[in-house]
Amino acid sequence: MTPDLLEEGARRRAQLASAVVSGKTESGGRQAGFSRIATPGEVDITHGRILYLEDVSVSFDGFKAINKLSLDIAPGELRCIIGPNGAGKTTMMDIITGKTRPDEGTVFFGSTIDLLRYNEPQIAQMGIGRKFQKPTVFEQLTVFENLELALKTDKRVRPSMLFRLDSAQGDQLAELLHTIHLADAVTRMAGNLSHGQKQWLEIGMLLVQEPLLLLLDEPVAGMTDEETERTAELFLSLKGKHSLMVVEHDMSFIRTISEIVTVLCDGSVLAQGTLDQVQADGRVIEVYLGR
Amino acid sequence: MMADVSTPLVQLPQRSPLLTRMGWSTFVVAALLVCVLAPALNLLVPADSALHLSDYAVALLGKIMCYAILALAMDLIWGYTGILSLGHGLFFALGGYVMGMYLMRQIGRDGNYKSDLPDFMVFLDWKELPWQWALSDNFTATVLLVVLVPGLVAFVFGYFAFRSRIKGVYFSIITQAMTFAAMLLFFRNETGFGGNNGFTDFKRILGIAIATPQMRMFLFVLTGCTLLAFFLLGRWLVRAKFGRVLQAIRDSESRVMFCGYSPLGYKLAIWTISAMMCGIAGALYVPQVGIINPSEMSPANSIEIAIWAAVGGRATLIGPIIGAFVVSGAKSWLTVAYPEFWLYFLGALFIAVTLFLPGGIVGLSRSWKRGGK
Repeated sequence: MTPDLLEEGARRRAQLASAVVSGKTESGGRQAGFSRIATPGEVDITHGRILYLEDVSVSFDGFKAINKLSLDIAPGELRCIIGPNGAGKTTMMDIITGKTRPDEGTVFFGSTIDLLRYNEPQIAQMGIGRKFQKPTVFEQLTVFENLELALKTDKRVRPSMLFRLDSAQGDQLAELLHTIHLADAVTRMAGNLSHGQKQWLEIGMLLVQEPLLLLLDEPVAGMTDEETERTAELFLSLKGKHSLMVVEHDMSFIRTISEIVTVLCDGSVLAQGTLDQVQADGRVIEVYLGR
Repeated sequence: MMADVSTPLVQLPQRSPLLTRMGWSTFVVAALLVCVLAPALNLLVPADSALHLSDYAVALLGKIMCYAILALAMDLIWGYTGILSLGHGLFFALGGYVMGMYLMRQIGRDGNYKSDLPDFMVFLDWKELPWQWALSDNFTATVLLVVLVPGLVAFVFGYFAFRSRIKGVYFSIITQAMTFAAMLLFFRNETGFGGNNGFTDFKRILGIAIATPQMRMFLFVLTGCTLLAFFLLGRWLVRAKFGRVLQAIRDSESRVMFCGYSPLGYKLAIWTISAMMCGIAGALYVPQVGIINPSEMSPANSIEIAIWAAVGGRATLIGPIIGAFVVSGAKSWLTVAYPEFWLYFLGALFIAVTLFLPGGIVGLSRSWKRGGK
């Protein structure tokens, strides 16, 4: 806990206390206290952190893919993660999204939700969206059907049988199709799109899920310069409304979008700061160039 | 720069109709063929006329329509969801056995031993009905059990298999083992299902004699209507978002999970629906062919269902129905004309379809249409 975090916490507590209608509820000179009710499934970000990993470790056949990793992300933040191959970037995303169980450590979404107790679909429904390293869309469905599937709705079996797109959802999809520049490809099979378009479609599928936190694994890989530029614009426009964690190797892309960059190496955080700071860091230079 | 999002000009695709105009006309023609033309040609046209539909043809077509229901059920689970079951013969046989038990009880005291018990029980010197026969004299219970028994077996099996995330060829092998184990179980006399002879010599259903042309025609029409109804049900299921989730599971299951869908419920739902359809097909099949025995559970029968679906064209609904007619039709002709070549033909057909016609017959006709344009 840093002093400014403590201060921020104190300020929020004061706000909450003043929000409670102060009646004459005191006893023995002490004020009555009211605690907030933790609503199940609701992400509590009053403590200023939307994702919180502490001392997470996981090993595969003796190889420590993640080693005592601690990391946290604030609501609305756009965090870039860089690191050499095998640093554990994808494994970290696997852990956050429930695909891999860590051997030890804690992973919290907001202050109240212990992500290790949920599986992939539950975590996705709570508001963590993920884009894979290799663009993964449903190739045998059209662009529109891909987006409709991802749309935030009741995702149980029976509602899916009876689902009909209402006009508000239709407008939402139409708007999104513009945003991801696929308005001309609505009825095209996703499998026939170009690599960059698939990346965009997958990002679009994330956005219609309306996630609070987006995990993006190499979102601009295989994109043209123009597409990369548009992606940067899109991410910057998402910042603030959503929290984003972007894993990338493209340094110029990171320079465009990043505030804070975290460098992972051998499964733990090596350095953190602005891109210039970490690029000047001797240890970072060593892991990128020294070997 | 971003496009102007305030006035989206995107034309969102319309929801596709249950059947196209062309589809509905074909559907009505098929319904007329089954419900009007076939009964008229069989019952009203005299036997010496060239237009007469023989009893043999009615029996054969009725049987093939049962197979077509199986192929349709296989298409939902394999073609659309990508789960290859090699144990669908079990669900078919279970439905058939439930119906067979009822038909055995309908024989009453007209059996060889003039006993209340079915003949094979007298033969085994049993004095009373075993527990599993408790509801067998009640037609309503039989109809319910025809659906519930295969449904329940499928649900329990599917729950554990899908929860353990068993996929692909492993799932296929387990289903194959399941039907084989059930076959061995039903072969035993102690199980109480007539051992390797199974059930036969049925006399009546609901007190009405089975072996009359009218009753046979009734069963034929009932089978045809069931097939048509299941086709519509299948269309409804795959046209809904439910069906697209199934296809999404087939193409990329992990993406489906990260979209917030739990594949377990979807797989279990379509798996159970598919098994229930097979049970109904079995119950329609048994009174028409007049026999049910454990060989219906043999793995080869289940594999044949998959071949019908593959030959006709997976994930098309109409394809597997066509496949069932073509392959079973060829079988009934070849096993008479060249009995020793049937299995070679079947094997060659499967290899040819896999290598040259991944879309099956329907896929071929579609690519011809596209080529013609």
